[in-house]
Amino acid sequence: MHYESGVGHIGGNLSALDTILVLFHQVLMKEDDFVLSKGHAAGALYIALWSLGRLSDNELRSFHKDNTFLPGHPPFNKFEEISFSTGSLGHGFPLAAGIALANRIKNERGHVFCLTSDGEWEEGSNWETLLFASHHNLFNLTVLIDANGLQGFGTTGEVASLEPLTKKLKGFEIDLFETNGHNADDLRDIIIQSSSRMRIIILRTIKGHGISFMENKMHWHYLPLTEKQYSLALKEVEAS
Amino acid sequence: MRNLICHSLTALFKREPFVFLTGDVGFKTLEPLREIMGNYFINAGVAEQNMISVAAGICRKGLSVWVYSIAPFCYARPFEQIRNDLALHKLPVKIIGNGGGYGYGVMGPTHHAIEDYGSLLTLQNFHAFIPAFADDIGSITEKSRTFPIPSYIRLGLCEEPKDFEIPPYVPWRKVLSGKKDTVLVIVGAIAGSYIHHMCAREKNLRPEIWVVTELPLETNPPPDEFLKRLKVVKKIGIIEEHVAQGGFGQMMALWLLKKGITIDRFDHFHAKGYPTHKYGSQHFHRKESGIDVENVLDYYRLLN
Repeated sequence: MHYESGVGHIGGNLSALDTILVLFHQVLMKEDDFVLSKGHAAGALYIALWSLGRLSDNELRSFHKDNTFLPGHPPFNKFEEISFSTGSLGHGFPLAAGIALANRIKNERGHVFCLTSDGEWEEGSNWETLLFASHHNLFNLTVLIDANGLQGFGTTGEVASLEPLTKKLKGFEIDLFETNGHNADDLRDIIIQSSSRMRIIILRTIKGHGISFMENKMHWHYLPLTEKQYSLALKEVEAS
Repeated sequence: MRNLICHSLTALFKREPFVFLTGDVGFKTLEPLREIMGNYFINAGVAEQNMISVAAGICRKGLSVWVYSIAPFCYARPFEQIRNDLALHKLPVKIIGNGGGYGYGVMGPTHHAIEDYGSLLTLQNFHAFIPAFADDIGSITEKSRTFPIPSYIRLGLCEEPKDFEIPPYVPWRKVLSGKKDTVLVIVGAIAGSYIHHMCAREKNLRPEIWVVTELPLETNPPPDEFLKRLKVVKKIGIIEEHVAQGGFGQMMALWLLKKGITIDRFDHFHAKGYPTHKYGSQHFHRKESGIDVENVLDYYRLLN
């Protein structure tokens, strides 16, 4: 779909895809909510909805084209699984915290999952919400950080010395986990654990995961695939 | 007005639950509300971006939400959160901004809100309430309670004379009849100071005064009675404690043009920021901008 539409952001979609598929196929219950804070991984979200039969092949082909309801960042008004239009970074976590707080006020059971990028943690709003959510002990909220180590114009280390992220987060009253973001079994086992505190799970992922020439390359944050690259990528996927 | 809205919301909460978020302000004002609201009252701390997005998340789950802070802290600091998380999604969160215009006086320019409703009304799906009088607060609380889109409530001081009878609340109100050949239209609480000066005058020594308390004009157009008077006198003076850009004056000029209503004179008295780079009370800043009652009435040669 990215190839057919001639658009980029494929690297961050591939780092998030395994997590989103695990969430939608093995974790999310009817009463749960999911907020994709890294809205530029909309493609991975659409694929998850397609895999559940919520989108047809033809609808998926309209991705990023005129007259589509599948733009480059997810819109709120088409699928009940998409509560908020996201894309500007640093919005998803506070929105998810609001949902979690509302569930608690209403005595409802639903758990809220929010997937952020790692570069997104340079947004001050996320740290505002971390203070708020841990202070209010939003135990019904899980934040997943897609830590692929690359952002728009450098590594997260070069841009903001973001790592060690675990050390930065440890001072808050939360339960903190770290795992391989591409091992579905490990992911599921950690995500479904219950907790009496808000959880943050740092997912160690690979930007462009699954396509050798894309892996850990910053420019796949932006670049669309050429015809030759697309053929090569397909061969790799089919061989794996 | 902040004590009045606290009183209104306290009464409202006894009828129906809602969530109230404050950005760590409300000392000696909000205590009665906090007392009765329990876990529905949340001090979200000095973190306004978070406060607005959290409000959006709560509202998304079907709860009514009110947000409160000093005006610039709740509309300017979290502007993107208001734009994306509230307005885009039509989530009817109510944002109460205390100290509209130069309300915070000599506290300084960071605490003033002279471009608030203009900024917010550039957003799709947004409504502004600009109460003018003490009695407006109850009506506006009730109206905003069920308003279908996000709204901003700009609180100021109650400036109307105590013995003056305010007409019942509607977004456009003729508050004073007059025979001078100009119609004055005043936005929000500054109207009280004009009424204070004018109500004791004889009709032939004062202009007709209208007060506007809701915007945009697309959903709150001028009433026929106002338009009839305007077509006779053909002179309008607009007064607002807001900058010209994006203010009511510009909205009104465009509205008249689009309706093909031609007039002879259009005066716009508006906030001008800090022309001398000196600071003082709300009245000082109004005077600096030429929106104080003495200046405007002198302009129209209405003073004795």
